[in-house]
Amino acid sequence: MGLSHQSIVNTHPAVQLVAVADPSSYVTDILSRHTGIRAYTRHGELLAAEALDCVFVATPSRYHAEIVAAALGRGLHVFCEKPFGIDPVRGLELAELAEHKRLVNQVGYHYRFVAAFAEARRLLERGVLGELHHLRAEAYGPVVLRPRGSTWRSQKEEGGGCLFDYASHAIDLVNYLVGRPTAVSGTVLNGVFSDQVDDEVYSTLHFRRTFHGQLATNWSDDSYRKMTLRVSLWGTNGRINVDRQELQVYLRRLEVPEPGLREGWNIRYTTELTAPVWFYVRGEEYSAQIDHFVECIRTGAVSRSSFRTACDATAVAAMMRQDAARATTRISTRAPAKENAGQAAAPVRTLLGRIWRGDRQRG
Amino acid sequence: MMARERMDRILFGDNQFFGVNHMSEERARAQALRFQELDAVIQVLDAAYAEGIRTFMCTTHERVAQICDYFRAHRARYPDYKFFPCMPYAHKYANAAAEHGLLGALRSFLPEENPLASLLKGGMSLARKDVASLAAMLIDAEMKMFADLATPVIFLQNVATDFLLGLGFDEALRIFADHVAERYGAEAGFITMNAPRLVPRLERVGISNPIICTNLNKIGFRMSGGVGAYEELVAAGRCRVIAMSVFASGAIPAREALGYVCAQRGIESIVFGASSRRNIAETRRLIEELSAA
Repeated sequence: MGLSHQSIVNTHPAVQLVAVADPSSYVTDILSRHTGIRAYTRHGELLAAEALDCVFVATPSRYHAEIVAAALGRGLHVFCEKPFGIDPVRGLELAELAEHKRLVNQVGYHYRFVAAFAEARRLLERGVLGELHHLRAEAYGPVVLRPRGSTWRSQKEEGGGCLFDYASHAIDLVNYLVGRPTAVSGTVLNGVFSDQVDDEVYSTLHFRRTFHGQLATNWSDDSYRKMTLRVSLWGTNGRINVDRQELQVYLRRLEVPEPGLREGWNIRYTTELTAPVWFYVRGEEYSAQIDHFVECIRTGAVSRSSFRTACDATAVAAMMRQDAARATTRISTRAPAKENAGQAAAPVRTLLGRIWRGDRQRG
Repeated sequence: MMARERMDRILFGDNQFFGVNHMSEERARAQALRFQELDAVIQVLDAAYAEGIRTFMCTTHERVAQICDYFRAHRARYPDYKFFPCMPYAHKYANAAAEHGLLGALRSFLPEENPLASLLKGGMSLARKDVASLAAMLIDAEMKMFADLATPVIFLQNVATDFLLGLGFDEALRIFADHVAERYGAEAGFITMNAPRLVPRLERVGISNPIICTNLNKIGFRMSGGVGAYEELVAAGRCRVIAMSVFASGAIPAREALGYVCAQRGIESIVFGASSRRNIAETRRLIEELSAA
């Protein structure tokens, strides 16, 4: 991730990339020798030695908070890779610090910069689907396909696992499209091949009494060539299916006039939706998010994918982890089902660690 | 430098065989299902061959190894068949890097008993010569499946070309070109989404008149730098251009798309993928008609 950011940032016309830090001297030696960049093996040394405007943090998740705090302390704008730490309380402190210092802060939830998702959000804001009542966010792909693996992604304490990877992307995208759920229930975190972490995450999302959703993510599915994230939304006026390539809108009623939309199916492809980027390495969205960050620094705007919105994703992921640990409703072979009703798990609603067990109607 | 042969006007691509479709996941999956069996793939390659298409431009996807086996076993039937391998098959590396980390992934693609693999473990720093020998081993590993088949041009995939271009590691592009020339007697080709930026940089490391495979379509889809810069590049004759993504994944009707591309006189070749004899024949006919216009 770090190298790919470096490749993109290095070409941005408004940015001069001056230095990189990586603990592996093998990597830094090659970079400094062959690309002329100044390289450090400790981020502290880099921050102390270089005159900077901004930094990009693309380390394993557990180092995010420390490095981001150090950069903010020096008054630097910060782009940090997702999931923006694994501790929601610390994350929110950093968001507040960045906001207080009026520093641009952004997290690499790149799906917010995929044109098809941005267009879906615009249509939802316009209200073309009417009242939303259900959504489904699904992400599948081939990351863990065998019972082994030695990187930080396989360590729970380091922010590994599908929950803080695929699921976090899906959660953040849902937050971006329709706002953050207020509660979750029925969460399942399951290791397919991993001992220490989850390889699949399923959960029910509660937005309001009449609007719920389901999240299904599994990174042990190699029937997909690469990570594939798709969201389907149902409203009183129709339905939207959206992924990176394609936006499908089905309208049973065109209540809100919208150029180019008609009743029935409407299909728009990435080829018409996606704006060109100045430099392409691995998808327009990776370049677009960096350009957006630079633009926010230039104009003082708030990023579309800020520390605060990333904290929302982390908070939902944390809710899911708590929910998954709760008792499930058992079907008794002896007693009638209604006697077990008291054991049914109510949705977990928590912000930053406070568990809320309400008497809300269950979805 | 080896003699430079002209490439065929029409090259056959492989995206359709491996579930790659830039416009629709559903279409991609339908294609992956259809081409699950080697026979289905060979049928389409045969159809292309019958239409006079002699060059198969393909990734180093593990299933291409089966296609290579087939062509080795039936050499007499396809005496003039050429492969243009495109490497690395990036998802293989990306998935391995997610599982084993960057260095772990590199190690996993090197031969078991290789001394360099154990050096990598020690995290030692590398001089140019070492980068070159590491690159050589990775290239050789990818090329194994093409043994004894004609591979006159060997390509670096856009994800690698553009990544190195972005880093400013231009020398690595030269290392690639040198190795495929020395070891395979092949010319290097570079797939890119940033052709106007790439060509001068290749020239700077001594690769003149390079083979570039790049998106070229009327709507500017994935043409970083803008349509105008591409048209100028093609017209300037500083590189040998293979046009890809000419239909922009189906966004442009065939005649209109090919009309645009064939009007760019500097283009040497056009690569396209198709799944039926009818489509292949129609595309070939249009290219011939519009190139003569």
